[in-house]
Amino acid sequence: MTDAPDAPTGGAGAPARGMSRRALLGLGTGLTAGIAAGAAAGFGVGRGTAPTPAATSAIGASTYPFTGPHQAGIVTPAQDRLYLAAFDLTTDSREELVDLLRRWTTMAARLTQGLSAGPFGPASGPYDAPPDDTGEAADLPPAGLTITFGFGRSLFVGTPSPDGTPGTDRFGLADRLPGGLVELPHFPQDALDPARSDGDLVVQACADDPQVAVHAVRNLSRAAFGTATIRWTQLGYGRTSSTSTAQKTPRNLFGFKDGTANVKAEESAALDEHIWVPASDAAADTTDSAWLTGGSYLVARRIRMTIETWDRTSLREQEAVVGRTKGEGAPLSGGTEHTEPDLTATGGDGAPLVAVDSHVRLAHPTTNDGVRMLRRGYNFTDGNDSLGRLDAGLFFLAFVRDPRTHYVPMQTTLSRDDALMEYLQHTGSGLFAVPAGVPDGSLVLGDDGTPTTSDDSPFVGQALFA
Amino acid sequence: MSFRRPAALALVALTLPLAACVANDPAPAQSGASAGTGVLTVSSTADGCTVSAAEAPSGTLTFQVANDGSDVTEFYLLAEDGLQVVAEVENVGPGLSRDLVVQLRPGTYWTACKPGMVGDGIREAFTVTDSGVEVGPTGDTADQLAAAEASYVAYVKDQVGALITGTQEFAAAYAAGDDETARSLYAATRVHWERVEPVAESFGDLDPLLDLREADLEAGATWSGWHLVEKDLWQPSAQDNGGVAYTPLTAEQRTAAADDLVTYTQQLVDAVNAEDFTFEAFQIANGAKELLDEVATGKVTGEEEIWSHTDLWDFQANVEGAHVAYEVLEPVVVAADPELADQLTTQFDALDALLAQHGSYEDGFVTYDTLDAAQVKELAAAVDALSEPLSQLTATVTGA
Repeated sequence: MTDAPDAPTGGAGAPARGMSRRALLGLGTGLTAGIAAGAAAGFGVGRGTAPTPAATSAIGASTYPFTGPHQAGIVTPAQDRLYLAAFDLTTDSREELVDLLRRWTTMAARLTQGLSAGPFGPASGPYDAPPDDTGEAADLPPAGLTITFGFGRSLFVGTPSPDGTPGTDRFGLADRLPGGLVELPHFPQDALDPARSDGDLVVQACADDPQVAVHAVRNLSRAAFGTATIRWTQLGYGRTSSTSTAQKTPRNLFGFKDGTANVKAEESAALDEHIWVPASDAAADTTDSAWLTGGSYLVARRIRMTIETWDRTSLREQEAVVGRTKGEGAPLSGGTEHTEPDLTATGGDGAPLVAVDSHVRLAHPTTNDGVRMLRRGYNFTDGNDSLGRLDAGLFFLAFVRDPRTHYVPMQTTLSRDDALMEYLQHTGSGLFAVPAGVPDGSLVLGDDGTPTTSDDSPFVGQALFA
Repeated sequence: MSFRRPAALALVALTLPLAACVANDPAPAQSGASAGTGVLTVSSTADGCTVSAAEAPSGTLTFQVANDGSDVTEFYLLAEDGLQVVAEVENVGPGLSRDLVVQLRPGTYWTACKPGMVGDGIREAFTVTDSGVEVGPTGDTADQLAAAEASYVAYVKDQVGALITGTQEFAAAYAAGDDETARSLYAATRVHWERVEPVAESFGDLDPLLDLREADLEAGATWSGWHLVEKDLWQPSAQDNGGVAYTPLTAEQRTAAADDLVTYTQQLVDAVNAEDFTFEAFQIANGAKELLDEVATGKVTGEEEIWSHTDLWDFQANVEGAHVAYEVLEPVVVAADPELADQLTTQFDALDALLAQHGSYEDGFVTYDTLDAAQVKELAAAVDALSEPLSQLTATVTGA
């Protein structure tokens, strides 16, 4: 098992999106059942073992393997765009839930390789039926699309009533609830909108083209009608974290580099220690949670920034609050961007150079028992409020091994003490268990060599239902 | 008041049919058998009809028909007798391609292109070998469809008949100033309209004359129909009327509005009772989907009955209309795609049960403004759950 980041594969061997099945099968030989050369490119291909810097020229054509020990979209070099959707199940049938996950998995396996959602594609098939793919990505390259699935706490134990009555275990999964899938506490200054929080299932679609990401979620939600409905969605742009050493650290809407101290895809040991759920965690649970081994937890927080007041703030205060310089992103204790902050260094007045209430200090591993996260956040701008202020900020996404140790303590400290909180408001929240990947070579392929859904098709989270 | 559903259609015992309509999601291959999901190409030219292969294994086949000629063309798959049409695509313009997806049993067929859409077509024999894949037995589709059409037309006439009777009573009460009686008749009468609305829509201008909401009105256009009267019976406050005090209709305006309602409804009655009125199977199937679209865009949002809030009557009636449309077609669907038939039955039942939580025609429904967001979302989800499989109905019925 390797923890190296996914290596993008060029689009040369994979069929172009929208390529007809006729083309896949070789013109005029439509009846020779069998796997067409190239049709299965990207399936069963093992993850790359070395980080491959994405060449900008080939970025649109790149695909990441869907199968592997872990789901794609975690250590994958962060793409530029996000469309994340949380779903609520409308059924109480375990069978229907499994059926949905099976269909979703096949569809995700197809879409991430630049294939259409269904076998016919957007412009063919029965003329009196709606096309089995919505079509808006027909002429677009795969754009490095990844689709990552997760399960919310409510899937296991339902949603408690406001009066404290426990929720319902609709699918017989309560005894499989992993210990880390807690109800997040109320953090100081939280202003959470229930309509932007939680959910039974989550789908994170990331791509370098927003239309490709939206197309993926749209087709998955269509496949869910009758089983699940969208609870909330979030569009994001301009990734705010670097998840690979090959990537430059991007900037958040405060104009600061964000994600300098992120766990990188190349840090195998750190990934094992901080990101992937080890078998020993299941052993420590009172429930049977071994199904999550090799997976992770996804924390999602919609953090609105009051950017108008921030923009009126002096550069001195901006840097003091963050604890880094605005241009280089170097810690105020000196050096360059990737210099470790010296939290003990003091200035002429004897005060720490990195202020005691600065974001960098309070989020630093040494302040948080050495824990680290793999952050994969995105900026968002969702129109404006009635006062003419942008509804904008950071859609914080982080993958962690255990939210109880790797997120809750840190966020409690930040929400209480971080000087940056003056300019922040948490308006949405979700915590999801992200199962391990679908094994290489396990996808069921149809006659045309592309993934198809059968009773034997594998699905994300299969171990949970075993 | 009881509402008639068409009697179950007697099934005709049949000869073994050749083609079944296609499920959009072909069943996975049974072990040991390789399902035919074969793709064949057809090139239609002025004097040629080149099919990429002369035989194929039984199962689901897709003929990708490309018109490489300069005239509009058609492509037919004919039975062994060369007469019976198994499946067809029509009106393929020069340079265009169209898929014909069909499930075929083993046997001998003919392929035929008709460039210029005349003559017997350019024919070639086509053999379907036995792949071992089950292609389900079907009813005699042609007879079933004819029975469905007759049954549906009878239903439409019945509903429109009830509609004109109710409308006359309602209009009389309203014109006479008996608002209480008019209000009590409003929703129950509209039920007959909402059940067959796609038929009314097929007559173009009648639908807007009878059922236009104020929000749909073009600037300066004259408003008539049900919702004009609705607003006058449930008069809004200035706050709910865009900040302008509502001006009630005068006695003359009332009479005119009532007369219009009866006049236009009578035109609908005359149209559906005309000698040549038919409603074909594909129209029935599309109508079922349209009724659910109506629910999804207008009823679930509470926009249809913005003054009276009687949306649930309309909602129930739309669903019933769709259900009847499906039921007359059910024998065809059961034969062609039993899984789809099961899905539709399940989802209709689920939606009916959900609506029953909010009332009934007999006891009345709650007004739509009393539903909370969660209840509305629950209804919307049930509508989506039914609409998705319902969107496959037309293709299943027409077989292509």
